[in-house]
Amino acid sequence: MTTKSLFIILLLPLASCSMETVKPWDRDLLAQDKMQPTPDPVESALDEHIYYSKEGSFGGQGVGGGGCGCN
Amino acid sequence: MQLTGKKSIRAALAAATCTVLSQPLQASQNSDEWDVKSGLLYYSEADRVTVIAPTVSAGTTTESGDIFTLRAIYDSLTGASPNGATPTNTTQTFTSPSGESSYTTQAGDTPLRDLTDTRVVLGIDWESELSRLMRHTLTANISSERDYLSLGVSDTLQRDFHNRQTTVSAGIGLTMDTISPEGGTPVGLQLLTASSEAGGDEQKSSLDLLLGITRILNRHTLTQVNFSHTYSTGCLTDPYKILSMIDPTTGETVQNISGEFLYRHEKRPDTRTSDSLYWKLQHQLTQDVVYLSYRYFQDDWGIRSHTMDLKYRYELQSGNYLQPHYRYYQQTAADFYHHSLVDDGALPDYASADLRLGEMTGNTVGLKFGIPLSDGEFNIRFEKMVQTGESHPADAIGVQRNYDLYPTLDATIVQIGYRTVF
Repeated sequence: MTTKSLFIILLLPLASCSMETVKPWDRDLLAQDKMQPTPDPVESALDEHIYYSKEGSFGGQGVGGGGCGCN
Repeated sequence: MQLTGKKSIRAALAAATCTVLSQPLQASQNSDEWDVKSGLLYYSEADRVTVIAPTVSAGTTTESGDIFTLRAIYDSLTGASPNGATPTNTTQTFTSPSGESSYTTQAGDTPLRDLTDTRVVLGIDWESELSRLMRHTLTANISSERDYLSLGVSDTLQRDFHNRQTTVSAGIGLTMDTISPEGGTPVGLQLLTASSEAGGDEQKSSLDLLLGITRILNRHTLTQVNFSHTYSTGCLTDPYKILSMIDPTTGETVQNISGEFLYRHEKRPDTRTSDSLYWKLQHQLTQDVVYLSYRYFQDDWGIRSHTMDLKYRYELQSGNYLQPHYRYYQQTAADFYHHSLVDDGALPDYASADLRLGEMTGNTVGLKFGIPLSDGEFNIRFEKMVQTGESHPADAIGVQRNYDLYPTLDATIVQIGYRTVF
């Protein structure tokens, strides 16, 4: 599977999902800590490092995570 | 809506100004307050490595609205890691690169090299607005180990569209590493002997690029797609990994005229280009939240991987929550992955027996328990991670068929987290 075709497949959720207008005063749920894109940054950072040091793949969620002699 | 305490006020402010990527709003809203997130990780592999890692970050908002976050991690690592050599039918002895110490592995066992190391990571993030709809985050990191130093900088730009229901992100990161292996940098594929040639420090650098879209689909649902590209160049070889030289008929590790087993240092290409596509969906039910993500990764070393991650935050009546977690990972082997090298006179251009570059499947299951506090949260999680690969590959020769050439990795992860504002 080429990167281009995968990119298209993964963009489908964005393109096909109808986007309701959500007014600022209706964003109470989205403003909760548990609805943040990274709800627990400490857990995410530790997990990212564990899997980076134990697998052949990495990244996807950000840039410049910092290097490490573990991999 | 009744507001009780600082947390409710912050939530109300966040709701009123919420952007898609409203992570900055997690930080303290006042310049005299610090949002402190801390954690203690215990990671332990059966018969292998154990890591204890305390971490802390503290963020504050300046009067101009910028947010500064300071981060620190301390890793303490002890135990043993596979050195790349295969099990064989006699005891094997390995000499350290400096020639000062040696260790032995019993017949049939996977050779493991003892490890003891510490790592200190310091970082700073600076988030600031460029205009009403545009902001960026500058990040700098330094990571130091006994034999490894990494310096990294990155910048991520975010622009809101569609009444702030869509955010487009563009990021760039540069990492520059210096590797100073114990005993010097070995020459790739050279035989491992006490008189092996070794070079000095080596350099490695990486460039990361990211383009992402995050959208609010409705009042309950958020989705994100990121495309990442990474180019690395320099010394990408692990200076401590070796490969066994195997007799083409018996599969035994070959010995020289002095009776010493023959091993070669691994060698990887000096460039690597990788791409990943990451998709995430999070949806709030009445109160519970479902987090689902998928990542596809590929590189020019031949590795292709699929990662699926699912978490379900179940709100308890007490106000606390339980969060089961499942992660599935599957990767193909790098083109130059070999469990060993056949001693038939021909050598490949590149070779590595690093299990992390082999074909593998990983499964992680876990459970997290969280207690929201008036201005933060306490949580604890327990997870088990298992990695399995081809224990008895088709190309195993002779006695190799009797041994496990991809021993299962069985790891326990325990983490305590505490967040507060003061």
